[in-house]
Amino acid sequence: MGEKVLMKGNEAIAEAAIRAGCRYFFGYPITPQNEIPEYMARRLPQVGGVFLQAESEVAAINMVYGAAAAGGRVMTSSSGPGISLKQEGLSYMAGAELPCVVVNMVRAGPGLGGIQAAQSDYFQATKGGGHGDYRLVVYGPASIQEAVDLMAHAFDVADRYRTPVMLLGDGMLGQMMEPVEFPDYQVNIPVKDWITNGASGRPARVISSIFLKPEELDAHCWAMKRKYEEIAENETRVECLGLDDADFCLVAYGTTARICRSVMEKARESGLRVGLIRPISLWPFPTNTIREVASGNVKAFLTVEMSTGQMIEDVMLAVNGKKPVHFYGKTGGMVPAPRDILAKLRVVADDPEKGRMN
Amino acid sequence: MATVVMKRPETLKRVITHYCPGCTHGIAHRLVAEAIDKLGIKQKVIGVASVGCSVFAYNYLDCDFVQAAHGRAPAVATGLKRVLPDSVVFTYQGDGDLASIGTAEIVHAAARGEKITVIFINNGIYGMTGGQMAPTTLVGDRTTTSPEGRDPAKAGYPIKMCELLSTLEGAAYVARASLHDPANVLKASRFVTRAFECQLERKGFAIVELLSACPTNWSLKPIDALKAVKEKMVAHYPLGEFKGGAGSEA
Ligand SMILES: Cc1ncc(C[n+]2csc(CCOP(=O)(O)OP(=O)(O)O)c2C)c(N)n1
Ligand code: SF4
Repeated sequence: MGEKVLMKGNEAIAEAAIRAGCRYFFGYPITPQNEIPEYMARRLPQVGGVFLQAESEVAAINMVYGAAAAGGRVMTSSSGPGISLKQEGLSYMAGAELPCVVVNMVRAGPGLGGIQAAQSDYFQATKGGGHGDYRLVVYGPASIQEAVDLMAHAFDVADRYRTPVMLLGDGMLGQMMEPVEFPDYQVNIPVKDWITNGASGRPARVISSIFLKPEELDAHCWAMKRKYEEIAENETRVECLGLDDADFCLVAYGTTARICRSVMEKARESGLRVGLIRPISLWPFPTNTIREVASGNVKAFLTVEMSTGQMIEDVMLAVNGKKPVHFYGKTGGMVPAPRDILAKLRVVADDPEKGRMN
Repeated sequence: MATVVMKRPETLKRVITHYCPGCTHGIAHRLVAEAIDKLGIKQKVIGVASVGCSVFAYNYLDCDFVQAAHGRAPAVATGLKRVLPDSVVFTYQGDGDLASIGTAEIVHAAARGEKITVIFINNGIYGMTGGQMAPTTLVGDRTTTSPEGRDPAKAGYPIKMCELLSTLEGAAYVARASLHDPANVLKASRFVTRAFECQLERKGFAIVELLSACPTNWSLKPIDALKAVKEKMVAHYPLGEFKGGAGSEA
């Protein structure tokens, strides 16, 4: 392990990517993630990599597509409006089974929205976003350190399963500063026997997502489905806190999970036994963990998000009516205050049935 | 002893294409294959197929291929070339792909001086989707979405991509040829080869526009379609090397 350094979230993520062997970055400026391309523009040439500012996010993701097809360890980053433009490319990459990492430092939407932190892109990230039958692996780090640690993992998962992976942060995570430690990475890029790098001494290869014969596309989609099941089996990540004796369970990811952690501690000081489920992988979603907790002694769930309620749909699916699920959200760039979450918890504790969302 | 004066290029696969009778995509493929053979670069070529009738170009050209989203081939080619600077990367794009949905990508690839070769098939129509108006459709020409003929008051004017791109400093080679008769095909062959050489010499972005026929969607017999290229298209789209050639014929 190296020593601790104080770094801005966006820059730490960029540095982590480089240490994880990323050598190609294609992006387009948008707040609140500009420090990532700016850092890459400085650092990548120093390590023999390539930084390129594309003419748009549409072009950027298609450059990523080309770079991945050529076998490069490649990434891009953006925020809401830019990520929307990248959906076409993500669908093509999923279909052509190309690996890459995409960072989304979420800002509040819809439309141009605002530039402050939000979690309003959860649906877009976890439910497809682009067209077609595919999944995106999505991680929602709750601290800069976790983002740094997940970065290397994200590249490995992308390569292992030949799939795009998204790191879903938010404006807060990108802009704040925290001490971080960069682990000693063992960059281990698997041999890629499928890339298009010139047919020298082997038959020509094709990378494509087109299957005009229905039977072939059906077979391709089911093969991908099996891959996604394998990912769900192996790559689901979740943190559980205080669930052993909890009467009430908070569910939150990313920045809101940090806040919920302190809410949980405060609640316990005042005698309310509260636990926290923090999904780290948002797809695959830790459905089983939530299902088990719902089958236990917990009286109710409270999902907290910086949105009007998106992840709560997955929570309700997992709980499957067994226990009441409640919601507290702030959006538009507002971060939920601990005391407001605590107040909501007390209301839920008073009468778990009242105002349930499921 | 017999001497071989003409043979099937090695890079052109021995298969029957899906193109319509009289379609000039086949001629354009052959020119690309011949250039690759002539320059001995088959082992380091990566083609980028676009969205249009030539989406399956990789079924006919025997080299590595990546299939790109509609209009994005120059961006995909950029990604490939930046990772593999010693490879030879070319895109093969129709006019809907290059001059409409992919205008930003082609202009910026040229502006950056991206060291790629672009083969641009201008047949003045959307072939694959069944004959809709293209950005290059001539004024007055009927298509399924300009049923009364292209009216500039409503649908504007056809884009001359070579003229537009040759204003960019990053564009090192810009040329337009026509595929309507053997003499012009031979000239086109030289331009295509030159466009690959330009990349090998690391000079910058290179594009060859090939005026082409789509007899099916023009509702013309193959021979009449070639006549239409010669008489109507060439009149609007002047031929020659606009930049980086031996001498401009425009
Ligand atoms: C994003 C997107 N929009 C529209 C289409 C439908 N589409 C397929 S081919 C095509 C036009 C192709 O025309 P052109 O580039 O001129 O090539 P040609 O078929 O004439 O060779 C269109 C609009 C698509 N595949 N993707
Ligand atoms: S529709 Fe036109 S461009 Fe397409 S194959 Fe037929 S003739 Fe060629």
